[in-house]
Amino acid sequence: MSENEGTDPIEVLRTPIQLDYDYTAGVSASRFLRAVAKGKLLGQKCPVDGRVYFPSRGSCPQHGVPFEDGATVELPDKGTLVTYSIVRVPSENIPLELPYITVQVLLDGADTVLMHVLDAGLDDVRMGMRVQAKWKPESEWTTSMTNIEYFVPIDEPDADYETYKEHI
Amino acid sequence: MAELTAVVGIGQTRYQSKRLDHSMPSLVREAAEKALADADCGWADIDAVILGKAPDMFEGVMMPELWLNDAVGGAYKPMLRVHTAGSVGGSTGIVAASMVQSGIHQRVLCVAFEKQSESNATWALSISMPFSLASVAGAGGYFAPLVRGYIRRSGAPEDTGIRVAVKDRQNALKNPLAHLQLEDISFDMVANSPMLWDPIRYLETCPSSDGACAMVMEAEGLASKRPGKVAWIHATEMRSEPTSFSGRDQVMPQATLDNSAALYKKAGIQNPRQELDCAEIYVPFSWFEPMWMEGMRITPINEGWKMTYEGATALDGDFPVNMSGGVLSSNPIGASGLIRFAESALQVRGLAAAHQVDGAKKALGHAYGGGSQYFSTWIVSSDKP
Amino acid sequence: MRDVAVVGFAQSANVRRETDRNEVEILIPVIQELRKTTGVQNDEVDFVCSGSSDYLAGSSFAFVAGLDAVGAWPPVCESHVEMDGAWALYEAWVKIQMGYADVALVYGFGKPSMGDLPLTMALQLDPYTVMPLWPDAVSVAALQARVGLDAGIYGEREMAERAVRDRANAKANPCAQVKGDFTVEGILADPFLANPLRKHDCAPISDGASAMIIAAGDRARQIQDRPAWIRGFEHICEPMDLGVRDLTSSRSTAIAAEKAGVRSDKVDVAELSAPFTHQEILVERALGLGDATDVNPSGGALAGNPIMAVGLARIGEAARRVWDGSADRAVAHATSGPCLQQNLVCLLEGN
Repeated sequence: MSENEGTDPIEVLRTPIQLDYDYTAGVSASRFLRAVAKGKLLGQKCPVDGRVYFPSRGSCPQHGVPFEDGATVELPDKGTLVTYSIVRVPSENIPLELPYITVQVLLDGADTVLMHVLDAGLDDVRMGMRVQAKWKPESEWTTSMTNIEYFVPIDEPDADYETYKEHI
Repeated sequence: MAELTAVVGIGQTRYQSKRLDHSMPSLVREAAEKALADADCGWADIDAVILGKAPDMFEGVMMPELWLNDAVGGAYKPMLRVHTAGSVGGSTGIVAASMVQSGIHQRVLCVAFEKQSESNATWALSISMPFSLASVAGAGGYFAPLVRGYIRRSGAPEDTGIRVAVKDRQNALKNPLAHLQLEDISFDMVANSPMLWDPIRYLETCPSSDGACAMVMEAEGLASKRPGKVAWIHATEMRSEPTSFSGRDQVMPQATLDNSAALYKKAGIQNPRQELDCAEIYVPFSWFEPMWMEGMRITPINEGWKMTYEGATALDGDFPVNMSGGVLSSNPIGASGLIRFAESALQVRGLAAAHQVDGAKKALGHAYGGGSQYFSTWIVSSDKP
Repeated sequence: MRDVAVVGFAQSANVRRETDRNEVEILIPVIQELRKTTGVQNDEVDFVCSGSSDYLAGSSFAFVAGLDAVGAWPPVCESHVEMDGAWALYEAWVKIQMGYADVALVYGFGKPSMGDLPLTMALQLDPYTVMPLWPDAVSVAALQARVGLDAGIYGEREMAERAVRDRANAKANPCAQVKGDFTVEGILADPFLANPLRKHDCAPISDGASAMIIAAGDRARQIQDRPAWIRGFEHICEPMDLGVRDLTSSRSTAIAAEKAGVRSDKVDVAELSAPFTHQEILVERALGLGDATDVNPSGGALAGNPIMAVGLARIGEAARRVWDGSADRAVAHATSGPCLQQNLVCLLEGN
């Protein structure tokens, strides 16, 4: 106890806040996540221009129309890395060791990119490289994109810039 | 149909990582008082208050304008709270202007702030749903791949960003309010700083600052009577597009191209590089200077980096950008957009002191936010349109 | 002042919990219905504005997803307020007044069921000295109710009568959540939730969205035979601190009503966003409503309270009655902050 106790001005007050939320994925996202729980990647086709959205959110943000129930497309778990970044700064919500590589992957047949992480040498990663998903053991699968632990490079020639440049 | 409106008072707090001398209410009050003093007005002279700030989860107060309204003289007056993500400061300025431009009010006060020292911004920005993979580490992690995309498209030299970072911090040394006062800033210092999200280095990134900015805006009838120079608002424009959709160009979004085209048309500007004297644009990561030079049609696509390289955007260049030091030198997130608008007004009023562009008469203020999807801009001038 | 009217309105059914749909999925059919009934498509909309709260959604920038329901392509002139859609409407109305826009689309949405609403709203209060006590929204309203009861401003029977009236009116509203025939005696026999408030004195917790189209001059006349012209639109905010304002009246509502010219003629219909029965009484009095006014024909907030959309929905419900000719003059009210801190009054006329 100091002599000045109670007379020093308070500069900082720490107030813990806890709020619990039950998030709703949404009807379409739920369907998508249940498929992911079974190891399937389902894209959805926009009724206006036929483009395949993956991950799907139930509606086309460009046209503001819902995707029709039947317009799902099953996608392979491999694709092209269109762009990436090497992350060296930690964040509370991200349980990965530094440095890690975040990537945007255009799965074959999809018209939107998936954000994920890549397990590769820092000097090997490049735009256009062909990558494949590395899944967690099936016993660990849940309704979450984290079923895919990361992507890895595969032995295919790099995709031509023209094929993915629209997505950068 | 719009009433001609002017910025007649500007107030900014000193930007610093922790303003422990201020609570949130006193922080906004300091900026508001300064703006009122600059406008030679009292609280009673203000008809309405427009407040802007970034996500409420930063400071942990839900709709803080309800609590802060008193501090900025808003009791028993109309009050609005704008929130358009990172562009919020700009949008706040635009919404405030519209209150006068519509003829509804004669004189309004707008204030934008952030008390980052009382926030956990990184946490608030990375809250994700339990069913998605949290891999985006903050704003830098989101934008770094886009920067890489720009470098690929434009062929810009890899050190372009470093040059922007040095220039803005050098400008900040002439702005006593700026947060970062790096006396020994140099190319090597930035180049050698740690790489955070490749290709963005630590010193190419904005700081996290406490601060508030305020402006008083007035209708023509009142503003014309003032002896000193005021900043007439020639045009304001906002454009938004969806965060992601197939084929979206995230590097050079259509929204910024549409925004700038519409803005210049309203302001009667055909050649912005010639007709504008300077610009304060929202550059939180160094590479956005060349990118937004293109987005704002100051240069053709893929040539923005040349302006940086030529020194055109330096304080003594032919098109100075971010004379105040920009977001790279001070970043109270919710206020940063309004600071760009305020600094543009400061320039045309000739009040920017050591970071003044000689003879600046017409300036651009710019803010962007979200996934490069929201753009708020305005043009101010010491002359009426 | 330009002549601007409410010409389109749509809302989702207010429910206690939208278990399956997320905010965008709730919004899309609402906006689609609005487009269908008004014929106004995106290419004609000059300005879009929305209202929502991150704290309801439990994540930052939750409103960004809302734009997906609009289909903002080509890019749109768009803005957002962290307030009820009624204030987003105000911003849009101002945009039309300044001549920037002729047609605007406005929406508000919220899913408070995802969190604990009364507790979440404690975060609106002074973070240094009040919030750490975690005063939930019902308890805070109860403090005000107690002040009014003890001062004889209203009685618990009067409060219960509001609940009876609103829930009975709500039977005719397919979107209302709490509807039915209740009695004053039945309500007064219920236990207190937070003395002196009983459950029926409180608005329900509702998930929902509402959307509206406003248009200027001739365009308004093309869309609606009898547009609901906005003839007064005012809002005022009081200090937050409960100790520095009169809790036995709604001064800001009275100021806004006066400025909007509510009392210059009869008021046929009034739609109020007050989420507690005693607050309904205070707002009625502040607006100067008499027996001739049909209050809350839709049931008002006590029948369905989708936070961030409820104020806009009151304006929509009032507009409907102007369109169908059952009202010449209608007043709609929106509120925000603890104990009616901030209030908005919108006066609509059919002539």
